[in-house]
Amino acid sequence: MYSDRPFLRGLKAGIPIGLGYLSVSFTFGIMAVSYGLSWWQAIVISVATVTSAGQLSGIGIMIHPGQYLQMLISQAVINVRYSFMSISLSQKTEEKFSGIWRWLLGFFMTDEIFAVASMQPVVTRPFFAGLAVIPHIGWTVGTAAGALLGNVLPQSVMSALCIAIYGMFVAIVVPPAKKSRALLLVVAFAVFLACVFQFVPGVKELSSGLSVSICAVAAAVFGAVLFPVGDEERGE
Amino acid sequence: MDNTQFWLYLLVMAGSTYLIRAIPFSLVKKKIKNRFIRSFLYYIPFAVLAAMTLPSALFATDTVIGAAVGIGVAVVLALFDKGLTLVALAASAAVFVTELLLGLIR
Repeated sequence: MYSDRPFLRGLKAGIPIGLGYLSVSFTFGIMAVSYGLSWWQAIVISVATVTSAGQLSGIGIMIHPGQYLQMLISQAVINVRYSFMSISLSQKTEEKFSGIWRWLLGFFMTDEIFAVASMQPVVTRPFFAGLAVIPHIGWTVGTAAGALLGNVLPQSVMSALCIAIYGMFVAIVVPPAKKSRALLLVVAFAVFLACVFQFVPGVKELSSGLSVSICAVAAAVFGAVLFPVGDEERGE
Repeated sequence: MDNTQFWLYLLVMAGSTYLIRAIPFSLVKKKIKNRFIRSFLYYIPFAVLAAMTLPSALFATDTVIGAAVGIGVAVVLALFDKGLTLVALAASAAVFVTELLLGLIR
């Protein structure tokens, strides 16, 4: 049942992610140029890194000379959530999805690609490969457009596009949370913690990548302690 | 910034990001048996997305009201199991219209 053109199915599933990335990376392109990077540098960064929070913090460090260690530490902290996602997805991959394929395709483990992939009962190699294509193109094209064209779009359109990626997150989280009270509580707890990290002095100064990692880990531990899942629930 | 410095920075940034993703993906091969860890891994994607969405989304657009309407529209459509693209575009349209109306009132 998973063999019917999984690559194409992946491509299609990647369209909303790619659309969402266009607006986010557009903003990144504008910011990179405003930080003093050239347009091609902004594009190279996006092609090679593919991460929103990490890149944003990265260009802030790049403009100062010689802070390589600080770059390494901040990237590790902001991006540690990807390790959890990679381990999580490693539990759902088909047998053929191994060896060199994991080293190659692991490059594309973004929040959104992971979220969509992990909704699959089994993640096949062609599906994941297809899923990665359009988001990567969207991320690159959006960065190029932002870096080269700057503010050609009217501000009202830019503003509206900025919500697209969050709308996609909502569409991923709400349907399963509607069916499971445990998941709903985990999601509510994660949002509560994120509000604390947004507004409470002392912790609100932390970078967004780090606070997201802390909130998500705490909420998932909360769920795992109070509502451990059985075998039958995992595949859903 | 000179080119050497740029490429070195890029190497550190892109290299560390890649390794953080690929090493656990490649090295964890066995099915994890521990129930706590399996539960944790089940919840983590939803927890990540929830923590990234609220409250951050409220400050992503020009006005908090516009963003709130956009997220509200997204939640209602998602409750009816609408697809990702439709929900994302509808949320954007809702923000656009709301902020247009707010502009008229002002």
